[in-house]
Amino acid sequence: MAEERIPLIETVDLKKYFKVGDNALLHAVDGINMKVYPGETIGVVGESGCGKSTLGRTILRLIEPTSGQILYNGDDITQYNARRMKKMRQELQIIFQDPYASLDPRKSVIEIIAEYMIINKTLPTKRDIFNRAAHLMDVVGLARRYATAYPHELDGGRRQRIGIARALSVNPKFIVCDEPVSALDVSIQAQILNLLMDLQDEMCLTYMFVTHDLSVVKHISDNIMVMYLGQCLELTSSDELFEKPLHPYTQALLSAIPEPDISMRNKKIKVIKGEVVSPVNPKPGCRFAARCEHCQERCHQEAPELKEVAPGHFVACHLCDGPI
Amino acid sequence: MSNAEKMLDIKDLSVVYKTDLETVYAVNGVTLSLEKGATLGLVGETGAGKTTLALTLMRLLPERTGKVTSGSITFEGENIIDLPEAQMRKIRGDKIAMIFQDPMTSLNPVLTVGEQIAEALLVHNEVGRSKEEIEARVDETLTLVGIPPARKREYPHQFSGGMRQRVVIAIALSCEPDLLIADEPTTALDVTIQAQVLMMIRDLRDRLGTSMIMITHDLGIVAQTCDNVAVMYAGEIIELGTAEDIFAHTMHHPYTDGLFASLPNLKSKTARLQPITGLMPDPTNLPKGCKFAPRCSRCMEICKEVPPEVYTEGTHSIRCHLFHQSKEN
Repeated sequence: MAEERIPLIETVDLKKYFKVGDNALLHAVDGINMKVYPGETIGVVGESGCGKSTLGRTILRLIEPTSGQILYNGDDITQYNARRMKKMRQELQIIFQDPYASLDPRKSVIEIIAEYMIINKTLPTKRDIFNRAAHLMDVVGLARRYATAYPHELDGGRRQRIGIARALSVNPKFIVCDEPVSALDVSIQAQILNLLMDLQDEMCLTYMFVTHDLSVVKHISDNIMVMYLGQCLELTSSDELFEKPLHPYTQALLSAIPEPDISMRNKKIKVIKGEVVSPVNPKPGCRFAARCEHCQERCHQEAPELKEVAPGHFVACHLCDGPI
Repeated sequence: MSNAEKMLDIKDLSVVYKTDLETVYAVNGVTLSLEKGATLGLVGETGAGKTTLALTLMRLLPERTGKVTSGSITFEGENIIDLPEAQMRKIRGDKIAMIFQDPMTSLNPVLTVGEQIAEALLVHNEVGRSKEEIEARVDETLTLVGIPPARKREYPHQFSGGMRQRVVIAIALSCEPDLLIADEPTTALDVTIQAQVLMMIRDLRDRLGTSMIMITHDLGIVAQTCDNVAVMYAGEIIELGTAEDIFAHTMHHPYTDGLFASLPNLKSKTARLQPITGLMPDPTNLPKGCKFAPRCSRCMEICKEVPPEVYTEGTHSIRCHLFHQSKEN
């Protein structure tokens, strides 16, 4: 890329450690550097417990980072005070994973969608706000007859549409989508994915899409970051990652997807042994070493750094040190 | 297919959940059979009636509300619908075993893992195994699913999700069942762990010759593990065939087509998914004609009025008016 573009969101060595018991630190997010450009989608994939949701929430300062910077349009928002941050939140929104738990059961659909606008006083009168809320229901494909319904009366797909309408209500620039479709059936999942992609085109939104489902992430993302125990193992464009995965963990993840194709039936799956180790006080060296089939002596001693091995393709693995 | 090979034969099975307020039509006239050693995949979305069908096979429907209104289930030559509970208890867990969906809640938190595996063996102890023999069998089953037998004195909370699912599988396998029903065995697990568990189930099935019903909503899992596939929608089997019929042929029920079009493709880049519009019908108030008609892109007049008959071609059968029409023309 010749011209210098300013990333909408950039994190610099972002860390979030949780204290668990005496002298024990859980390294949930451990030195993440990433850049997201306007109008793009970055997918963050990893197994449960790898810190992908914590990363999403830390970027919005819903969880305060332990150290590091979060730059929004080049401005470090970790330095903002509460009042400034509150204003900022209009531009940074989140769609939560569980459409059953993230909506207030005592508010009606229209009240839920209007709530952020009332808090932020984005429009002069209540009437304007409710008109806009009704308009948003059209935008996300919710019939207006549900305006006075309560969340428990609706199914998962419709509830997720409420969550999307609520996030859109304050005209955000950047939305963290935290597993927005994992609780939904495939046919509904496809409806919501299409909606998110249409909205992105219409409103020039930038997404960070957190998920464990690799086929979904490939479909929606421009770039993909593979996380493991709080660290980024591989970061590259979506096409490149699926064509040329370099990190052994990424390769194993891709090979583990059961494909709806019987010709792949006898394909040898690269099953990785064991399970994710504890993120509490991790040992030095590569975090994936214990499960890696290519593990060498060096992997236990020294942690590999994230290096650019091909244009736009970053990998943290000792195997990729030499020329490929 | 001779009757001797069939180990399970379900004929015209209908199940309702009845309360004072409403009647939920969960399973509507399902006919299915399973040969010895084969694996049947039961696919469908939430509310399609997959789990109800499984619970009916185990005779575990909620007593007060769940009722079988018609049909028969013949398991190894015996109709298990009318069996007295005392006799059913001998079959359940011994000849037919089930792997439940959620490994987090289907284990007893106050018993050790070893005690829970031994429980099934103690209940079905016709051969009169001694305590030591049962312990030995517990160790053997744990080894089979890849858990070191030394961990049998631990409690479920000391295990991770993948390991707990292995324990649930060990309980189901402890009595060497003839029929194993796996209800979404990997839904709660990560892909890498899912791959481990699926490989193990496949390997055990081949080694022990167990027949299996694999319930899932993931077409990928079905393609990788099943010989036959039944697609369920609103309590009916709308398409049934071999894995080749479902995955390699182009002729499908519009719902099956919709399911495939909803999946993001890993190999090619599709700009837009083609989801099925709308939602599953309310099971208390099902449409009069074809149950998929309100969501179907190829719906005809007849579909709204008359429930379609099954159209069969070889091993492949589809419940849809479209194919009857094309045959007539």
